[in-house]
Amino acid sequence: MAVQESAQRQAAGRPMIELRNVNKWYGDFHVLKDINIGVRKGERVVVCGPSGSGKSTMIRCINRLEEHQKGNIFVDGIELTGDVKHVEAIRREVGMVFQQFNLFPHLTVLQNLTLAPIWVRKMPKKEAEELAMQLLERVKIPEQANKYPGQLSGGQQQRVAIARSLCMKPEVMLFDEPTSALDPEMIKEVLDVMVGLAQEGMTMICVTHEMGFARTVADTMIFMDRGQIVEVAPPKEFFANPKSDRTKLFLSQILSH
Amino acid sequence: MTDITQDASTGFIEPRRGIVERAWEWARANLFNSVLNSILTLIIAALIARIAIPLFNWAVVDATFSAPNDATCKAAGGACWAFIADWGKFLLFGRYPEDQRWRPTLVIVIFVAMMLMSSRARLGGKLLLAMWAAGVVIAVALMFGGFLGMPYVETELWNGVPLNLLLTVGGCGFAFPIAILAALGRRSRMPAIRWLSIAYIELIRGVPLITVLFMATVMVPLFLPTGVTIAKLWRAEVAFTLFFGAYLAEAIRGGLQVIPRGQYEAADALGLGYWRKTLLIILPQALSISIPSLVNTSISAFKDTVLITVVGIFDVLGDVNNAMNAPEWRSAYWEGYSFVALLFFAACFYMSRYSQRLERSLSRTRPGARRR
Repeated sequence: MAVQESAQRQAAGRPMIELRNVNKWYGDFHVLKDINIGVRKGERVVVCGPSGSGKSTMIRCINRLEEHQKGNIFVDGIELTGDVKHVEAIRREVGMVFQQFNLFPHLTVLQNLTLAPIWVRKMPKKEAEELAMQLLERVKIPEQANKYPGQLSGGQQQRVAIARSLCMKPEVMLFDEPTSALDPEMIKEVLDVMVGLAQEGMTMICVTHEMGFARTVADTMIFMDRGQIVEVAPPKEFFANPKSDRTKLFLSQILSH
Repeated sequence: MTDITQDASTGFIEPRRGIVERAWEWARANLFNSVLNSILTLIIAALIARIAIPLFNWAVVDATFSAPNDATCKAAGGACWAFIADWGKFLLFGRYPEDQRWRPTLVIVIFVAMMLMSSRARLGGKLLLAMWAAGVVIAVALMFGGFLGMPYVETELWNGVPLNLLLTVGGCGFAFPIAILAALGRRSRMPAIRWLSIAYIELIRGVPLITVLFMATVMVPLFLPTGVTIAKLWRAEVAFTLFFGAYLAEAIRGGLQVIPRGQYEAADALGLGYWRKTLLIILPQALSISIPSLVNTSISAFKDTVLITVVGIFDVLGDVNNAMNAPEWRSAYWEGYSFVALLFFAACFYMSRYSQRLERSLSRTRPGARRR
């Protein structure tokens, strides 16, 4: 059954993102150890694991906010190397949402959204603004378009951040603990937007501890610990009978409350 | 005094009491609210009286406002404002041809007007920048003359206040782009650029302005090919530019340092690339944070321009020194220096008030700018 599924998955498309034997060190500290993953187009991957397990570092390597020292990373067939052209090409295709939102505080919400399309995609201003308004509708805050980020709540800021990434029409979205900095009552509004994205078929890699979200949307769960990928499984299997003890321990801790 | 005022916060209506009553109440609450404070208040009041009263007598009561020479003033015992009345125009404009003094006057008017417009009117940044650039060009053209029937005046004769203004605005104006590049260069990941920037900033900051001025005016001509001369004023201006540049660079670096890493990462993740990231995201935030220190640097730059006297170019302070060579006013240095001090105080006070207002208005229109 599992074999069949994976065969189907192979047939569904080429890998959108591929990491082969990726290794990374911070000085002597080995943060990523022989990471191998393939993410196909439209696949939704949720990465979880204890803090310090290297999950954020791993996804930050995919758009080269962090540099890996060994191994290969391919995004949409382009290899990520020191070549600035490759890095910029990949960054245009890969959207990223951060834990701390990282909106540009000196620009209005609308300007935050239109900046990259105008300057990187060379989109005419009017077209960029129309696109931005569409996306603000989609994240349900079109009425905030002319405010500054500092005037919005955390949940609203994070939705703006998602819309800002989508403005570049990325092929892949990376989420680096997007709800960890939010007050509990704001988590849902952000997750709702992410679920919507997943249902529309966006290729996504989410580092998150929101296991409800993982159950709903994930095609694949990845569990990392101490720089290694410990377990890769579809969510049903992952939650029902995890294979490794470390996964069991982690799940018991995270699901116990 | 029975005006009725309504207290906005409580809606309570009370008759306004007499001013003396209120002053006394204020003094009781603020100056005499404890034994120690009462003693301090009395001591300070005595000190103020000892200084302020003689100063007032000197400056106003015993002062001479019109006299042929300082001997007459001495007889009166007070300030000799007659010197300023007699030599005021020379102090302001120096040896600039007398019949052409309307030109430097106009230059001063232009600069003061631009300063007022920058602080009062809500003009856009680009418009202000264009206005200042045009203002400086017009000022230099006016000083030079040689067109529209205005006789040509060589830079040797550009003295007094217009010189201080031109050196400050021109120096800071040219220094600003250099400072931005040096500040960015100092944080560059490329070693050659980083070390070059550090060398420039630290070398200049490690040397007194006088040294830089002497280098530019005395040593630079030695390295120029024979036959090539650059007017001393321009050499001095280059020295000021380099000097201000290093200090402005440090002010800007201070702003760059507080921009959170997330801003760089967000810009990188959008694929903006180095220059767009720097110009659109990082610098606008860093510069608005560094405004107070940029203005501080500009204020001290303005005051530093008087040092140009040491290389034989006569700004307003140089003019005072020259004027006191006149035999009939030899003892009027108190008055001459007070005049210069008041001019500089007025200008610097205005600039620092302006920077405070600017800071407030920036933090108002960009509520998030300071928080993250």
